[in-house]
Amino acid sequence: MADKVLVKGNEALGEAAIKAGCRFFFGYPITPQTELSEYLAKRFPKVGGTFLQAESEVAAINMVLGAASAGARVMTSSSSPGISLKSEGISYIAGSDLPAVIVNIQRGGPGLGGIQPSQADYFQATKGGGHGDYRLIVLAPNSVQEIVSLTFDAFDLADLYRMPVMILGDGMLGQMMEPVEFPEHSDRVLPEKTWATDTTQGKRKKNIVNSLYIKPDVLEKIVLDRYARYAEVEAKEARAETYLTDDADIIITAYGATSRISRNAVDALRASGIKAGLLRPITLWPFPKAEYQRLAKTAKAFLTVEMSMGQMIEDVKLSIDCSRPVHFCGRTGGMIPTPGEIEAKAREIAASL
Amino acid sequence: MFYPTGRITIYAGHYGSGKTNLAVNHALALAGEGKSVKVLDLDIVNPYFRTKDSEALFKERGITLIASEFANTNVDIPAIPAAAQSAFDDPRSHVIIDVGGDDMGAVALGRYQRFILREGYDMLLVVNRYRPLASEIPDAVKIAREIETACRLPFTGIAANSNLGRETDPETVLSSEAYTLALAEAMNLPVVYRAVKQDLYPALSGKLDRLEPVELTGKTYF
Repeated sequence: MADKVLVKGNEALGEAAIKAGCRFFFGYPITPQTELSEYLAKRFPKVGGTFLQAESEVAAINMVLGAASAGARVMTSSSSPGISLKSEGISYIAGSDLPAVIVNIQRGGPGLGGIQPSQADYFQATKGGGHGDYRLIVLAPNSVQEIVSLTFDAFDLADLYRMPVMILGDGMLGQMMEPVEFPEHSDRVLPEKTWATDTTQGKRKKNIVNSLYIKPDVLEKIVLDRYARYAEVEAKEARAETYLTDDADIIITAYGATSRISRNAVDALRASGIKAGLLRPITLWPFPKAEYQRLAKTAKAFLTVEMSMGQMIEDVKLSIDCSRPVHFCGRTGGMIPTPGEIEAKAREIAASL
Repeated sequence: MFYPTGRITIYAGHYGSGKTNLAVNHALALAGEGKSVKVLDLDIVNPYFRTKDSEALFKERGITLIASEFANTNVDIPAIPAAAQSAFDDPRSHVIIDVGGDDMGAVALGRYQRFILREGYDMLLVVNRYRPLASEIPDAVKIAREIETACRLPFTGIAANSNLGRETDPETVLSSEAYTLALAEAMNLPVVYRAVKQDLYPALSGKLDRLEPVELTGKTYF
């Protein structure tokens, strides 16, 4: 294989998972992420992996639970309606302290919605689509190359913190082709999976993976322990990228594909003398609050750009405690905001400053 | 110009090899010569990145697009256009057929096999050596054979389309030549043309045979 290849975002997810040592994939096809399943169906037999198209999303996520329990690096993927179906299983995986990687290549919703790109599953991903007190680490790549590096990170973070990690993309990222390199993956130093239900070999007591705790004091203790781990994740793993923010009056903030459209808008605004900058969260949970707080000290206003009716905007407001006005520019239902629309909104804000 | 000039040209090949873009360029070139051109979109695999993206351009150049009314809509069903048959029944028009990727995509083409054989055709194997699942010759040959089996039509030539998207430079194209020739030999097919982006054409002209300058058509997000 040549050093650089031209791949779709969905294919990059598959190849990066292989490089990261994932050998189990359980899924169910849905546009616009089906190429990931197709790719692994073709590649896994060649690397000794197990690809299984389940009878449903519900079955697939529970197979993920099983494989993760046994200590395997495992992944599943879907798009919005399919993630809703998987949400019960995701809650069970979180409640069993299991590492797993879940990909959501979002499409328009709610309901069956559409098949064009969307970012309307932000709440579901970051606030919990399933029940109970739990968190997912949510990673939001904005290029096919970053899909590769964040897929590596997703598997490592899942193992490190024993929790499910979601890669949150959209139909645009899943479908677009970009030249990428697949570097070799070197793991972080990761803890041994002493909890896995692999085999005792007669040498230790059996391990049990479970999320059912009848006694409330016991369950509370387990949740509190889990939240101590979440606090560590929040302290260590929040990531963001900034572009021309140092002297910016207006901070445009967007994740994933819309961050690239926003970057074009920032360039156009700068060219006409408006001091705009871009703050792009790479982790949506933990949300990079410190970056927002830092920029709130120098910027006069924020503009959140999303392919939704406005979901991340709530985290932006919370992060800066509403100390600056936070405006919104978005399209939904599969429509994609243009740089021109973002620019026009920013000009309106600039005129009011 | 190295595009086939027969009445029917079919673009098939591995998934994401650039079939749609070459089909659109071919159609525009024929229309530019004043020919009557129909583009038949038989992609039943991927609802994204379709000839439909070039609908406005086709209209402007007088090209007839025959595409599923569901292409580029939110209705995610593998439908072929009801008017497809009309492409074969009009002997005055050139027909460019854009087929879906891999053997899965070629199944729909097989539906029209007897009409295509009756009329005579060129079927180009579009290849990009930078696509991971087709970057080795045995894999590329296997996919090509699967396509031929699925549509029951043998390929007649190769359209080389090796590129790395926006990072393509002359070296990207030149270093893919060994792959193109090896595949041509393995398939026992002529290289009908080598597609290169318009802006790379001057740098490559004279270095490679049968260079066809093409534009990037359709939808770009950024």
